[in-house]
Amino acid sequence: MPTMPRVSGRSALAILAAPLAIGLFALSVASPASAQERVWPEILAAAEGESVYWNAWGGSESTNGYIQWVADTVEDRFGIDLVHVKLNDTAEAVRKVLAEKTAGRDEDGSVDLIWINGENFKAMKDANLLHGPLDEILPNFALIDPVEKPTTVIDFTVPTEGLEAPWGMAKIVFPYDSARLEETPGSIRELLAFAKANPGRFTYPAPPDFTGTTFLKQALHALADDPAVLLDPAGGNFAAVTAPLWAYLDELDPVLWREGTDYPKSSTEQMRMLDNGAVDIAISFNPGEASALIAQGRLPETVRTFVFDEGTIGNTHFVAIPYNAAHKDAAMVVANFLMGPEAQARKQDATVWGDQTVLSVAKLSAEQRALFADLPRGPATLPPNALGPSLPEPHPTWMTRIEEHWLTRYGS
Amino acid sequence: MRDVTAPVPLTLEAVTIAIGGRPLFAPLSLTVPPGGVVTIKGASGSGKSTLLSHLCGTLAPDFTATGRASLGDSPLDGLPPEHRRMGILFQDDLLFPHLSVGGNLAFGLPAGLDRAERAGRIATALEEAGMVGFEARDPATLSGGQRARVACLRTLLAEPRALLLDEPFSKLDTALRGRFRAFVFEHARARALPTLLVTHDPSDAEAAGGPVIDLEFA
Amino acid sequence: MEATRPGQRRGWLRFAPAVTLLLFLGPVGAGLVGAVLPAFGYLPALGGDGPSLDPWRRLAAYPGTGSAVGMSLWTGLAAATLSFTLTTGFAAACHGTRLFRRMQRLFAPLLAVPHAAFALGLAFLLAPSGWLLRVLSPWATGYQWPPDIALSPDPYGLNLILALVVKETPFLFLMTLGALAQVPADRTLAVARGLGYGRATAWIKAVLPLVYRQIRLPILAVVAFSVSVVDVALLLTGSTSPTLAILIMRWANDPDLAFQFVAAAGACLQLGVALAAILAWTGGERLVARLGRRWVMDGARGGAEGAARIATALTVAVAGVGVAALAAMGVWSVARRWRWPDALPSEWSLGNWAGFSGMAGGPAATTLIVGLVAAVIGLVLVLACLEAEDRAGRRPTSRALWLLYTPLIVPQVAFLFGAQVLLLGLGLEGTWGALIWAHLLFVLPYMFLSLSEPFRRLDPRYARGALCLGAGPNRVFWRIKLPMLTRAVAIALAVGFAVSVGEYLPTVFAGGGRITTLTTEAVARAGGGDFRVIGVFAVLQAALPLIGFLLASILPGWLHRHRRGMREGL
Repeated sequence: MPTMPRVSGRSALAILAAPLAIGLFALSVASPASAQERVWPEILAAAEGESVYWNAWGGSESTNGYIQWVADTVEDRFGIDLVHVKLNDTAEAVRKVLAEKTAGRDEDGSVDLIWINGENFKAMKDANLLHGPLDEILPNFALIDPVEKPTTVIDFTVPTEGLEAPWGMAKIVFPYDSARLEETPGSIRELLAFAKANPGRFTYPAPPDFTGTTFLKQALHALADDPAVLLDPAGGNFAAVTAPLWAYLDELDPVLWREGTDYPKSSTEQMRMLDNGAVDIAISFNPGEASALIAQGRLPETVRTFVFDEGTIGNTHFVAIPYNAAHKDAAMVVANFLMGPEAQARKQDATVWGDQTVLSVAKLSAEQRALFADLPRGPATLPPNALGPSLPEPHPTWMTRIEEHWLTRYGS
Repeated sequence: MRDVTAPVPLTLEAVTIAIGGRPLFAPLSLTVPPGGVVTIKGASGSGKSTLLSHLCGTLAPDFTATGRASLGDSPLDGLPPEHRRMGILFQDDLLFPHLSVGGNLAFGLPAGLDRAERAGRIATALEEAGMVGFEARDPATLSGGQRARVACLRTLLAEPRALLLDEPFSKLDTALRGRFRAFVFEHARARALPTLLVTHDPSDAEAAGGPVIDLEFA
Repeated sequence: MEATRPGQRRGWLRFAPAVTLLLFLGPVGAGLVGAVLPAFGYLPALGGDGPSLDPWRRLAAYPGTGSAVGMSLWTGLAAATLSFTLTTGFAAACHGTRLFRRMQRLFAPLLAVPHAAFALGLAFLLAPSGWLLRVLSPWATGYQWPPDIALSPDPYGLNLILALVVKETPFLFLMTLGALAQVPADRTLAVARGLGYGRATAWIKAVLPLVYRQIRLPILAVVAFSVSVVDVALLLTGSTSPTLAILIMRWANDPDLAFQFVAAAGACLQLGVALAAILAWTGGERLVARLGRRWVMDGARGGAEGAARIATALTVAVAGVGVAALAAMGVWSVARRWRWPDALPSEWSLGNWAGFSGMAGGPAATTLIVGLVAAVIGLVLVLACLEAEDRAGRRPTSRALWLLYTPLIVPQVAFLFGAQVLLLGLGLEGTWGALIWAHLLFVLPYMFLSLSEPFRRLDPRYARGALCLGAGPNRVFWRIKLPMLTRAVAIALAVGFAVSVGEYLPTVFAGGGRITTLTTEAVARAGGGDFRVIGVFAVLQAALPLIGFLLASILPGWLHRHRRGMREGL
């Protein structure tokens, strides 16, 4: 459910794979992705009969089920055989592509499509591992409005330059059990007050878990004197900018669950703790996740969500195509389908996934707009106008240093 | 081996076996005539059983043997065990537990016989042992005496050209022992097999009736 | 004259040990090189052209590396020591009793269940909101809500130790059983008891020294495994008290690719930690031997009885924990709603099975096929090696067969990456052949461990007798040795199959993500935290090897149902 390919430690039985040993092979020069001048119908025709190996986090039945629906649909409609390669961690796919590049396999690579964003995207972009730009080819890019939703073209402050296709919107929300909690904190400061008044009833996933780190970024954004500096790479100003964050965490730590000596390993684990009443508040990166969990019988029906008045961190997740993908045409057709109104509307359905669309409603036809009109929102999902402002992700360098600093202070 | 049917003597010439360069016994020379029995006596550890292993061709790799052994004109040394046609009986009957009595006997029979011939020979053998109709029996259900006889029959059905006896009587009780001993010697004599018996029991040597050799430490 | 031995006949079989070793050790060696080079800065793909000590500097500077090494050593050595102590105490107290036989039957299936399934069950059993406290709350404990205490996971690694003990005690027990059959245990015990020694004291003073030599290798494998285990540690240690293996995973998965160097250095450190643990164990052996000798000779007739009884109780408890952990997963697989503090689900549903069994079908078939093929190939290789050794005597190559155990001693994380690049370079990654080969790396040593003793213990006079009856060595092998070893062969196949089913990292590495097994699916789901799905996969994952062991225990008896002599032993 977390809308993100994860970097969590828990499910990361993952791959140390290839990269450790890539050194055995000389780095080969990537074949430059020739500019695609072809027209869309040609690509559609070429895609028929191809297989697409889609490497995507496989930890959630909601997302797995949705991907299965996509597979069935593209099979029917485009004759594409879509295979979901279930990952524990998106980094596995990044490494596989990197290993292939170093082993000299510049064509016929094993990964056709990756569910990706943030640092993994930056790593692939920096290493020239991506095929594109896609925005000049995929027709549904026309339904995106970068002004209305800037994160669809700027991924963690890194311009996407068309190398990935937006797939869903994520935003931090806080699920809580309304049967136990009447008033919810309206800001990061009030959260501290709540924790002090209710020791042991709040916690957050231990960084480098993705949600845990995002919570720290959320706190930093609210506490920093000038949040604008977070959009530039962290430098000598790191200590000064983050000082209020550490002061805050020093106060929060002793009143956390287990007095801050241990933390849940993931947001799903914290969600389970909420279900069992071990904590009063959880953290989710998907406004619709709590509703979906209620529908699945994994959270009490009294669970609701809240956000901070000051806004919460929001971002977009994407799909991208590796430079050496064996089936680029079919992968592009799938990526385009994922951005289409039909797939987006289904994704926003709280009973399916509950993820906000990346499309701009203004750009949709009346018919397309109707697809989104009567979607069940779910009991715990806030209406769009109550979700509050979206705060931008800081530059990835902040994340790395905050994680390391956190580990030193609270980690061991 | 040119003539496989005519009885031939078993001959040992200056045979000795060493482990780690240290010989177990003084060089041994002897001839066992067809139908005759030679008994080798010796304390445990003197190398009696090792000698028989050597003659069978199943000597453990740690040992080295010198000297010559032959059946008639054919030298044995260098032949793989399954081509030597030396029948051997051990202290334990060593019936294969996964095969029936008939299966055990069939394992001994030479290949190339048709089905009826095989069944006939097995039935005849069992009849000689007073065990008519025992083909399908589980060896584990037999008495000690019956097992010993089946083991002997199995060895004889393989049509050996000499018989090696590695204390096969020592685990049987006295009454049974005499009868089984007579059974073995009778069959060996009937087939004119040269028989080499190792034992530490004087009564075995007595019953064998042939020459007795004491195996001496080298 | 040496030429009179049957082993002189030279055939392809003679090369079996050498070929087997080459096939398996070559890639392990290449894999290790693939970890060592980046650890010293050589990784051109990421701009590392070394040599450099920088990865080691970063490793040392990373917050918590030191305490993670300590955690690995503590949990690993504690688990190995406890498992060995329980096994010994139990065997001493119960040798020859009915309980001994009963536990034998219970332990074999516990051994078969993959580690991850157990760890998941255990995590649910012992968590503050887990099954144990649900059963007791609130009526006995007074807890209205799950208590805020560090039960599981815990910062001291106690859950990890417990999980390892649950898996390793059965392993060591079954190894001890095998060893007991090779030494004159019963007679030794009878003599010692005749001299007036208590049952357990007699066993420890007289039988253990005979047995220990035989089970030393399995124990060292347990030590090495325990200090480097990944999946169990991920599930059961606190997030602030990771072991080294967890940190390596964290580094390897860091989006910042520069961490690959640190991960490589960590993998080398992991190898060092495993070797250090083995050294510590052998040092401990020497110390215990010195103290033990004095104790053995002091003439005391009792002394170990009470302790052995405690060990017995603990062993039974450990088995109970194992069964309960599995049962928890079974219940989850048919639950719809199961919240604190309900002792059992408030809503039941077969929907989990209906919903996910379709999804599990493909991976289950893959698991079955890969496991069977790996087990059969493993069997052929093990038998070929053993038969070659039997025919040729112990020669250098067959004496070197212990090297087959290398994959059990060298931590997986230390050589699998390099091995994967080798596969990629050969264009084999993601193929069935590569996957089966990767499984064989671990299947083979365990099958060898399981089959070599029965094979070597088979009374050589049967084979010699058969040769003298005129049967060639091949006929002797097929008609005599193999049928007589039916039970051992069946168990070896079940062991090999179970090992294959449980493999996670090798599957991911060699399968390239395209070939999925029940285990990779189960672990992928573990991240999602839905115990109902995890339950379904854990049950499926446990069921396959259990069926294997069941068949292995029934089929040989049925095949030889008319042969009383084949019923026991072997």
